[in-house]
Amino acid sequence: MKENPSDKKAKSVPLESATVLFAGDSGDGIQLIGHKFAAAAAQEGSDLGTLPDYPAEIKAPAGSLGGVSGFQVNFGDDNVMTPGTKPDVLIAMNPAALKVNLSNMEKGSILVLNSDNFDSVSLKKAGYESNPLNDGSLANYRVVQVPANTLTEGVLKDSGMSKSQMLKCKNFYMLGLVYWMYSMNTDSTVRRIKKKFKNKPHLAKANAAVFIAGYNYAEATQIFEARFQVKKRKLEPGNYRNLTGNEAVAYALLTAAKLANRKLFYGSYPITPASDILHTLARYRGKNTVVFQAEDEISAACACIGASFAGAISATGTSGPGFSLKSESLGMAVMCELPLVVINVQRAGPSTGLPTKTEQGDLMQAIYGRHGEAPLVVLAASSPADCFDMTLRAVRIAVKYMTPVVLLSNAYLANGSEPFRIPDLDSLPKIEIAPPPPPDKFQPYVRNPETLARYWAEAGKKGYEHRTGGLEKEHMTGKVTYDPKNHAKMCQFRMDKINGVAREIPPTEVFGDSEGELLIVGWGSTYGAITTAVLDAGKLGFKVSSVNLKYLNPLPPDFGTVMRRFGKVLVAEEGFSQLRTLLKAHYMIDGIPLNKVEGMPLNSDDVFVKIKKIFAR
Amino acid sequence: MQSKKLTPRDFASPQSVKWCPGCGDFAVLAQIQKTFASLGLEHEKFVIVSGIGCSSRFPYYINTYGFHSIHGRAPAVATGIKMANPELSVWVMTGDGDALSIGGNHILHAIRRNMDLKIVLFNNRIYALTKGQASPTTRLGVVTKSSPLGTVDYPVNPVHMAAGLDCGFVARVLDTDARTLNAVFSKAATYRGTVFIEVLQKCLAFTESEFNDFKDKEKKEDISLYLEHGKPLVFGKNKNKGIILKDLRPEVIEFEPGKVPPEVVIYDETNPALAYAVSGLNLPSFPVPFGIIKNVPKPSLIEILQQEADERKEPELKEILGGDAWEKE
Repeated sequence: MKENPSDKKAKSVPLESATVLFAGDSGDGIQLIGHKFAAAAAQEGSDLGTLPDYPAEIKAPAGSLGGVSGFQVNFGDDNVMTPGTKPDVLIAMNPAALKVNLSNMEKGSILVLNSDNFDSVSLKKAGYESNPLNDGSLANYRVVQVPANTLTEGVLKDSGMSKSQMLKCKNFYMLGLVYWMYSMNTDSTVRRIKKKFKNKPHLAKANAAVFIAGYNYAEATQIFEARFQVKKRKLEPGNYRNLTGNEAVAYALLTAAKLANRKLFYGSYPITPASDILHTLARYRGKNTVVFQAEDEISAACACIGASFAGAISATGTSGPGFSLKSESLGMAVMCELPLVVINVQRAGPSTGLPTKTEQGDLMQAIYGRHGEAPLVVLAASSPADCFDMTLRAVRIAVKYMTPVVLLSNAYLANGSEPFRIPDLDSLPKIEIAPPPPPDKFQPYVRNPETLARYWAEAGKKGYEHRTGGLEKEHMTGKVTYDPKNHAKMCQFRMDKINGVAREIPPTEVFGDSEGELLIVGWGSTYGAITTAVLDAGKLGFKVSSVNLKYLNPLPPDFGTVMRRFGKVLVAEEGFSQLRTLLKAHYMIDGIPLNKVEGMPLNSDDVFVKIKKIFAR
Repeated sequence: MQSKKLTPRDFASPQSVKWCPGCGDFAVLAQIQKTFASLGLEHEKFVIVSGIGCSSRFPYYINTYGFHSIHGRAPAVATGIKMANPELSVWVMTGDGDALSIGGNHILHAIRRNMDLKIVLFNNRIYALTKGQASPTTRLGVVTKSSPLGTVDYPVNPVHMAAGLDCGFVARVLDTDARTLNAVFSKAATYRGTVFIEVLQKCLAFTESEFNDFKDKEKKEDISLYLEHGKPLVFGKNKNKGIILKDLRPEVIEFEPGKVPPEVVIYDETNPALAYAVSGLNLPSFPVPFGIIKNVPKPSLIEILQQEADERKEPELKEILGGDAWEKE
């Protein structure tokens, strides 16, 4: 029997969770190996959070600090809700990737460095005066040097590939090493590599070979002193897949149309970081799924409104600049009282801002950003998988209340992924569309007495011919009128209708005790970071609870009561106190602000540090 | 199919029409109602979409589905309607400001996609609803409220633009010319693809005399070129002038009435290059062309999508959601 040296030397260390950061040049395939790693970890039963972080430039100057692309994965047991704060392991493909990320690494953490790329040119590009591999500056870290270029070339020397082609596979060498480090099974990933490169079999073969060679290198050379066993999540039985927030939105829209037994119309203009919704849906274009790449953001919104007038479940995805452009159209949807879902994948602004980075700066704009009294429903998703549920909910509300609904996601949710349990379609409640009264009783602005919604009589339906548009409408008849009293009445109807959506909101869930010293309030994407901080604070004996708001307009009716049960309220958000201002206006509760406006997600350490400060007062 | 034969009156709307008395829009409305009644489709299969401006009030005055949308965006709204329900006959009523200024981008793309929309552009060469500012079709040097010293922007020639964008069906008509309106609308209604019709339409308030010469018995024949497919490009009160192409450059020649020289162009509305050249003819050197300028069939976006859908097996939602899923027992 062949002896396995790893059984003797590397000690096996159990962990509740681990955080790995892959980093390299934007052309190094970092996002690719990050996604492969996350998919494999999820399949092995880990819960996880991911944070892809990449420059806006497609090919930033090679080796430069600005061109560094990163993909962070935090995986482990049920308590994993974020991509983690400080990585335990950094895989850096070049000096720039090391330099950009080192300040975030704890002393004693592991640095896996591609030593072949620490040449004088690359060091200079990264701004290093001496080589960190041998100048002692990394003495406090566990440095593992891997000559990944040389080793990859060695694996592929007989492949007939050119040197530059071979070097494109080196990311998979590093990935193989990490799989060994975390005792992960390589089979599913080899399958995924084959699927990814199914049209280029020679690349599939080369990448798989390099990946396995990386794994075997770690096993054979004993470059790591420990091998980790990361705990798994207690998953309910079912079918799972790893989904990003954008994919979850797309699949939910397909599901919603099916549940409503209507066509889906998705109209969108390419914009980072929302385009993946368009890319995902475009694959399924057909009789029941209409996908329209519009000439601009306004056209995307208006085409959706037209499609809605013709009876389709319609949705448009966008991000900040595009959301601004859609404002006028959204006002029209409010006036016409037609269902429409707008997914705003927020990114750091203002203006073009930081197009690939995340933020929560569009909250006020979503609620108030239209001329005139133009109320609509604003929802938020709290995690990548939650994007599925909240999109479904957005469609249900849009159709039931005949209103535009804005669903706020952001770059963090859109690109991040987590395991998603595929729902059983038969168990999901159908989306019921209230039938309009018979033609002789129908008028365009006759309202359902319970919801105050008008009825959806789609263009083409016999006997229901009517006109709609942006001018104020007469109550019931829908005729154009400038009557002051009628305008007041219609504004009130539209406002009351949106306020009435409060009845759809479930009782507020408080994480932790329902009363106490401190309540942390966040909304949408900060759910994981805040919950993790509350757990960490609890371990130190701080009595802290938290609430994640997913209904922003209207707000949950019980939320004032919930907040008043706590001595203090901390409002944590990725922006300058937009939520805090809103809560103050609605409930006269003056929260303590925690604002992060760095284009990076709020992390649990940010919140934890603030909790400690509050309790130290 | 219509359950009973419909008449233009069946398309009259209950809402009172609020255009200025005598406005050219009335004539177009009457012709559209006549055309719709003749198409054999029921009321509910028509959708009229408009933007903002005087002509954009059109949907309120016709008893079909209608959408009076926001400034410039009618083609986008109409695109959504048509793609969501291709059975509908979708008409866009727009003006020179609406279509060519604020909505210019949407016009370009509605034409590019061959969207199967009927675009009717009411060109009164002024912003009338906002009370008299220069529009993108206002002639150079004209005094308006926003150009008290005369306009300095060159005007757009709408049919030349549409032909240049490779629109398959392009026509121009005069609001008072009921016969041509009827002929053009009837052909446009059955054309499968984007239709672009420019209606020269006077504004009683601001451009009352703008098109008078085209209606003046003494003058009109010398400044109007009535296009007929297969017929020579002849005009003039005495039918003594014709258009020739010299090195692809149009020129006017005169001849003895009744003796049309062979070099006078025989009009072919299916010839895109000829249509482009003729669409650009304008005063003062040339007469203004009226009628169907271009009529070239090409598959519409709707036909392309329908063919794709017929040929392709759509995956079931279960398969889509299943993706690369794994099972946890």
